[in-house]
Amino acid sequence: MSEITRSTAATLAEGLAAGDHTSVQLTEAHLDRIDAVDGAVHAFLQVDRDGALADAAESDARRARGEARGPLDGVPIAVKDVLATKGLATTCGSKILEGWIPPYDATVVSRLREAGLPILGKTNMDEFAMGSSTEHSAYGPTRNPWDLDRIPGGSGGGSAAAVAAFEAPLAIGTDTGGSIRQPGAVTGTVGVKPTYGGVSRYGLVALANSLDQAGPVTRTVLDAAMLHDVIGGHDPRDSTSIQQEWPSFTEAARAGSVGDMSGVKVGVITELAGEGWQAGVMARFQESVDLLVRAGAEVVEVSCPSFVHALATYYLILPAEASSNLAKFDAMRYGLRVTPDGDPSAEEVMRATRDAGFGDEVKRRIILGTYALSSGYYDAYYGQAQKIRTLISRDFDAAFAGVDVLVSPTAPTTAFRLGEKLDDPMAMYLNDLATIPANLAGVPGISVPNGLADEDGLPSGFQVLAPALADDRVYRVGAALEALHADQWGGPLLDRAPGLETK
Amino acid sequence: MTSLMPFDDVLAAYDPALGLEVHVELNTASKMFCGCPAVFGGEPNAGVCPTCLGLPGAMPVVNGKAVESAIRIGLALNCDIAEWCRFARKNYFYPDMPKNFQTSQYDEPIAFDGYMDVDVDGETYRVEIERAHMEEDTGKSLHVGGATGRIHGADHSLVDYNRAGIPLIEIVTRPILGAGERAPEVAKAYVAQLRELIVALGVSEARMDQGNLRADVNLSLSPKGSGTLDSPKLGTRTETKNVNSFRSVERAVRFEMQRHAAILSGGGSILQETRHWHEDTGITTSGRVKSDAEDYRYFPEPDLVPVAPSREWVEELRGTLPENPTVRRARLQAEWGFSDLEMRDTIGAGALGLVIETIAEGAAPQAARKWWLGELARRSNEDGVDLVDLPITPAQVARIQALVDEKVVNDKLARQVFEGVLAGEGTPDEVVEKRGLAVVSDDGALGAAVDKAIAANPDVADKIRDGKVAAAGALIGAVMKEMRGQADAGRVRELILEKLS
Repeated sequence: MSEITRSTAATLAEGLAAGDHTSVQLTEAHLDRIDAVDGAVHAFLQVDRDGALADAAESDARRARGEARGPLDGVPIAVKDVLATKGLATTCGSKILEGWIPPYDATVVSRLREAGLPILGKTNMDEFAMGSSTEHSAYGPTRNPWDLDRIPGGSGGGSAAAVAAFEAPLAIGTDTGGSIRQPGAVTGTVGVKPTYGGVSRYGLVALANSLDQAGPVTRTVLDAAMLHDVIGGHDPRDSTSIQQEWPSFTEAARAGSVGDMSGVKVGVITELAGEGWQAGVMARFQESVDLLVRAGAEVVEVSCPSFVHALATYYLILPAEASSNLAKFDAMRYGLRVTPDGDPSAEEVMRATRDAGFGDEVKRRIILGTYALSSGYYDAYYGQAQKIRTLISRDFDAAFAGVDVLVSPTAPTTAFRLGEKLDDPMAMYLNDLATIPANLAGVPGISVPNGLADEDGLPSGFQVLAPALADDRVYRVGAALEALHADQWGGPLLDRAPGLETK
Repeated sequence: MTSLMPFDDVLAAYDPALGLEVHVELNTASKMFCGCPAVFGGEPNAGVCPTCLGLPGAMPVVNGKAVESAIRIGLALNCDIAEWCRFARKNYFYPDMPKNFQTSQYDEPIAFDGYMDVDVDGETYRVEIERAHMEEDTGKSLHVGGATGRIHGADHSLVDYNRAGIPLIEIVTRPILGAGERAPEVAKAYVAQLRELIVALGVSEARMDQGNLRADVNLSLSPKGSGTLDSPKLGTRTETKNVNSFRSVERAVRFEMQRHAAILSGGGSILQETRHWHEDTGITTSGRVKSDAEDYRYFPEPDLVPVAPSREWVEELRGTLPENPTVRRARLQAEWGFSDLEMRDTIGAGALGLVIETIAEGAAPQAARKWWLGELARRSNEDGVDLVDLPITPAQVARIQALVDEKVVNDKLARQVFEGVLAGEGTPDEVVEKRGLAVVSDDGALGAAVDKAIAANPDVADKIRDGKVAAAGALIGAVMKEMRGQADAGRVRELILEKLS
């Protein structure tokens, strides 16, 4: 593995600015790494070697003219296959969209292109982002670089694994109930879910519109902040996008990396612990809390009583929205078309296509959502869920009245084995217990690497949540904890990951 | 063959309840939720983008001008305007609906609780408006290969999404009760008056034949006297879709009343369903069975933020409303010097807007009324189309009257000019030119014809020479016949008297 692929995006950016290497060199190094290890990891559904190298060459030419567009111009990136990329197939991990080539770019993607980041390819995911293991991808699972028999988390397991396996310095994920943060936790990487409305959803193929949010997947908090600065900000194409000027998250991360937590009030969420939480995960969490205290933080315990209903609420709102969003996949205009024998009507073509094109988990949630929205059940299910959602937001409001940030382990366990929970949806859903409340309330959250659990030697994550619009706090506190960890561990957590066999 | 009860018998036994749902296609520059042109037609699927095609990932943004038009329509219908309302998804699968849900409004319409006072032959019916809400149009399916153009029997279908996403305002009445025998006329008058209002607001082209204004007619019957106006007992209703002219609205109501009554009196029951209207045969046929339990799984559109028009803006828009229709009609009647009967006939014929426009183009009020309610009303009846749908514009009518005023044609020739314009032969002037209709007032040509008439009718000429001037009529007739009607009758008379004095 080259020096290049082990570097952080911030370091690569400095090297480009200093003329130590070119974007083409960086991009080639990562493409070579993908060639070497992705057969085993399967983080990518598609690698765009030619497109990435062309983008890199343009970036180098720009830089030579003194017209570099920003700090990350020329640093390559991987994009989750749920974001529309013009001219580059976008499948959402589903057979029903196999071969669909979008005629337009998602806003996040066009901002990456404008900022000069070559796009290496599209990363694997659970079908339509439904899952916590990437095993629900119609194109086969992604494997965890720490242990290839284990899941990389989900739905954005591809983006997290790509970054953890040094196939890309940066990636884009999307987080509806934890799909950026939980994969970050189980792969020892950093993942950020911004404030709802902080990053445009235009071109993000919706799972649940009121919950979805795109964000950075990286190896360091600073890299995440730099990427957030590129993709964030108001977009007139997304009516739910927030119209305001955002502070520099890069600055927030730099300020936090000093490791001083004095004056910061931290709340530990009572409800996100207890039965079902892996002992090793809890032990590392407690140690990190102690680290924060030693760095000057004031730590209190905070109860958010409605959080116990978060999972149930989420599994009503999400399927309801998803059942409607996924109706458009009907074989009429794009994607898969299955034509039954005989002289089928349009309705029969729709039915056959949806039956063949959607996987079991997608069908399960379409059925759940259709039921929850049905007349006579709406009030009892969808309507009630919206009320609980309000209560969860109130819990956050009350908590943030007393503390600056809330913290918890990101996920209850470390990575489980492939296939272990595939036949037990409820066990799978429980992975997102700690991440879901932030999506329901629209608040930002980060997961930073939090050491290895003693039982299995696998990574766990530390989650920091902040009030809506205060994304800078998750970068400040995340960077501080990262710095404290580096002092304690003598280097990044990923240095302890086993090497991957290369071919 | 559908059995029908004679109309008078229907009324002896049943009370009708009407309900009208009118879709108004707005004339905004762009679509409801994207920047594509809001123009239907043109090359199929040229006016589309990721949003109105429902491509994965695309998102809607509300058209502010459409919200403004919706509020102005609501205000003109005396509605309350919501301080806060949302869009909702109406979920159902249909090939011409790109997302398989229609972005509409459900329990939070932008305008609600209004009314419109409808004049029918001098009587006023207050039609209560339940709601007016915003939504998007669907694409249009074209069924190829069948005999009827309907999906049944078609070989394959094509879909044009240019129309998908064009803004619509749906205006829904409360049940209209107590209209009795006037129910068909009330329905027609409501739609006609609503169209007049929409035109005055300038928010739509409002052409029914183009589908800018589409009416769905709900009708039910209940046994006579079984309910009161305050607590009506409504029967099972049918919804006749896409009735696209005023006269068809009237005919459809009449037909459904007679059809329902025949079924009910025979001990049958009405199937709650949508029905298709057949313009050519004047009947309805069964469409899709529609129960109240049909489940569209509405829920608030999560990709859009609520619409919350400020009270200041609403008041500002109120200031832009056209004159109240009742006040306006009284003012126009006085200005034009129409009798009550003339005014009532003008309104009843659905000609008020046309007369207004014709006068604006320079015609005298009585002349404008005369043509629209005479020659053109006769043609609209013969052809079975509404006056507005005749292929002639108010400007052309005004021009024909100007030709009469300038003595280029007389009244009789003017009728031929109308015929030519309606037949698509061109503008009034072109028709006069092509058909050679200009009256001859050139003394040379007229003089020769007069001389010929005198020579052919010596007895008549003698009478005139003897001072019996009234006899000139016979010679004028002869000259007109010779000139195929294209002579200036006044000048002919003068010439005859000159020559025989």
